[in-house]
Amino acid sequence: MNVAGLAAAPVLALRGITKRFGALTANCAVDLTLHRGEIVALLGENGAGKTTLMNILFGHYLADEGEVLVATPEGELKPLPQGSPQAALDAGIGMVHQHFTLAENLTGFENIVLGLEPLLGLAHGRRAMRRTVDALMARTGLCARLDIRVAELGVGERQRIEILKALSRRTRILVLDEPTAVLTPQEAEGLFVALRALAASGLGIVFISHKLDEVLALSQRLVVLRAGRKVADRPTAGADRALIAKLMVGEEVEVERPAPAHPGSIALELMRVSAGSGRTRLIDATLTLRQGEILGIAGVSGNGQSSLAGLVAGLLRPESGTITVLGRQGAASPAERRRDGVGRLAEDRHRDGMVGDMTVSENLVIERRGGMPFSRLGLLRPKAIRAAAQDAIASYDIRCPGPDAPLRLLSGGNIQKLLLARALAGSPHLILASQPTRGLDVGATVSVHRRLREAAGAGAAVLLISEDLDELFALSHRIAVIHGGRLTPAADASGLSTAEIGLAMAGEASSAFGALA
Amino acid sequence: MSAAFEILLQANFWAAAIRIATPLIFGVLGALICERAGVLNLGIEGIFVAGAMAGWLAVYLGLPLWLGVAVAAATGACLGLLHGCLTVILGLSQHVAGIGITLFATSASYFGYRVAFPTVTTPPRIEPFQPLGLTWLEAVPIVGPALSQQTALTWLAFAAVALTAFVLGKTPLGLAIRAVGDSPASVDAQGLSVARLRMGALAAGSALMAMGGAFLTMSAFNAFFFGMINGRGWVCIALTVFASWRPGKALLGALLFGAFDAYQLRLQTLAGGLVPSQLFLMLPYLLSIAALILVARKADYPRALMKPYIKGER
Repeated sequence: MNVAGLAAAPVLALRGITKRFGALTANCAVDLTLHRGEIVALLGENGAGKTTLMNILFGHYLADEGEVLVATPEGELKPLPQGSPQAALDAGIGMVHQHFTLAENLTGFENIVLGLEPLLGLAHGRRAMRRTVDALMARTGLCARLDIRVAELGVGERQRIEILKALSRRTRILVLDEPTAVLTPQEAEGLFVALRALAASGLGIVFISHKLDEVLALSQRLVVLRAGRKVADRPTAGADRALIAKLMVGEEVEVERPAPAHPGSIALELMRVSAGSGRTRLIDATLTLRQGEILGIAGVSGNGQSSLAGLVAGLLRPESGTITVLGRQGAASPAERRRDGVGRLAEDRHRDGMVGDMTVSENLVIERRGGMPFSRLGLLRPKAIRAAAQDAIASYDIRCPGPDAPLRLLSGGNIQKLLLARALAGSPHLILASQPTRGLDVGATVSVHRRLREAAGAGAAVLLISEDLDELFALSHRIAVIHGGRLTPAADASGLSTAEIGLAMAGEASSAFGALA
Repeated sequence: MSAAFEILLQANFWAAAIRIATPLIFGVLGALICERAGVLNLGIEGIFVAGAMAGWLAVYLGLPLWLGVAVAAATGACLGLLHGCLTVILGLSQHVAGIGITLFATSASYFGYRVAFPTVTTPPRIEPFQPLGLTWLEAVPIVGPALSQQTALTWLAFAAVALTAFVLGKTPLGLAIRAVGDSPASVDAQGLSVARLRMGALAAGSALMAMGGAFLTMSAFNAFFFGMINGRGWVCIALTVFASWRPGKALLGALLFGAFDAYQLRLQTLAGGLVPSQLFLMLPYLLSIAALILVARKADYPRALMKPYIKGER
């Protein structure tokens, strides 16, 4: 890399940042330096304090201690006034949030110019701004349609707009929070090419990610946070997956691979089923899933997975074709499906999987509230419910203030562990797991994977819908790809490569799966 | 039946329709601006009352008419800011705060009236806005005479429609207001203040609502009566959905409602004693519900409407 001469010039220095939320110390005396043209990966489990640190940098939170120094264009480090996004923007810090901050009722271009022009005045500088943005797109290769409403764009394009937005303000420091969480491998690769080009032109980049391969491929330096403290700050060269995982978790992490399958009788069968509507419609899908087997459905969100999950869960009725779930042919209600032995993990756990204001124990038993042991004669039995909750908290290692805490206070990983405890209660015969580890850290992911593998080992059929290829390969015996509502035939996972799945996820024909139906 | 149809050809009918529509135009525009910024302002009914009372009282106490309108607008803006303190700054429920503002503004107006006139039985009158009598317009059939009978406030309402459409659609400020109603996080991330934008929109929107009230006491009538707002504010809330939050459609919706109302008044006299008059009174409301069902089922609500924005919260 030809930035050796410039590498000595820091553009950003965080010094001794400490941030407490009540009793919790989210960041403890964290130092971080970023140089011109450098890509630093910021790693850590959920709750390790990565996002808090970046929110302090961007002025969303005030640090209790420590200071943020940003280089002026002349290269002199100056303290940044805290608690002001405007000051951070003016100092040349751009941030791409994990959850996009785009107004969907505006066009991409309107989102970019928002806040760039004086608020009280006329929009006369737009044409010049448009030329600047077009030039930026050409220079970085980040292309997006700027004149249609963001609501009509897919996630990849939205993200490119988000990055363009961050770059259109003389940005010298770019922070990306989990930028690839929603991208196909090809889109992610395109993003990396753009980021490398940007770094080569002098931009300093902080890259937050869970995906270890990406971190290894992209970054020059690794900064690892654990429980709010910096535990490592080292060059990426010479590090490998196992080392990083160990640094993040603090202990050795087993490398995951699927246990051998012992397929039994058919648990789920779809014959040319079509269902759903709009972009998420499932078209002419055929698949077979046997007891004891994990079938992975790979695909970028919004390609028909929700219709497939809805069919199995009983939320959708098939329009044509036949579906057989655990011996029951045709449509059934969600309650019937659950009684038949279908356990479910909802794709959007916050929206469909839980009631945030209800307690941990209430959420745990909500599906089994009628009848013994949790109610008798129409009255709930709080003791039995509490006992079940304490049991689940202990055996699933759910970190929470207690069974009576509102569920929304828990971290994403712990919520998912609870939902898994609920889904697996009563040993279901078929487990529908939609994006089971989305947004979860390494520790929680390992624990969710272990549970799913154990369930399959005990004879349950698992339908794993995921867009995380590492996860699909770690769990699945067979993998099918869904794109544009069409499902490929499933292929043996051991004979597949990431690239083949990536191509099929992007809708390219791939011989690995045979011809698309 | 032909008599029922002939009503539609009378200039007087259209003049009445526009007159009835004028306060609604102000009200819908005001509600639309607030909602575009993400705040439902159910204080509208009370702000109408307060505007009607404040403007009229100011003129009664000797201020010129236009200053009276300004007093009404300022009163509305203050109530809007109060609503903003509760919902934007403190993040309280917009429904509850709005109903509270309505109750408060209505009672405060009645109380003020009683303090000012403890003993009068008939409300004192002022000299209201007069029709502009634009003779050059009269040549246009039906619409011409109907428009020439209107006062300056009606023309101000038309101008407000154009101005709101321009600001929302064509200026950076309007862009920011539309963004803050859809995704306050996007506005925050671009270094703009969510609170200031919403407070500003509430002040401006509520000022317009109050001017709608002022039209009633300073143009349509010449005095302040208890109960004179009579649900006009709530109609505006429905019309905002009908208008899909667009100023042009807001004008159309208000005029439609005005036409229905004027029409039922004339039908009452036509149908005489055959049908109870209350049925006719219901007509415009029934029709606005029907219109809502037809138009607004697929309404594209501002995504952040009624959601308080609290920085840094997930």
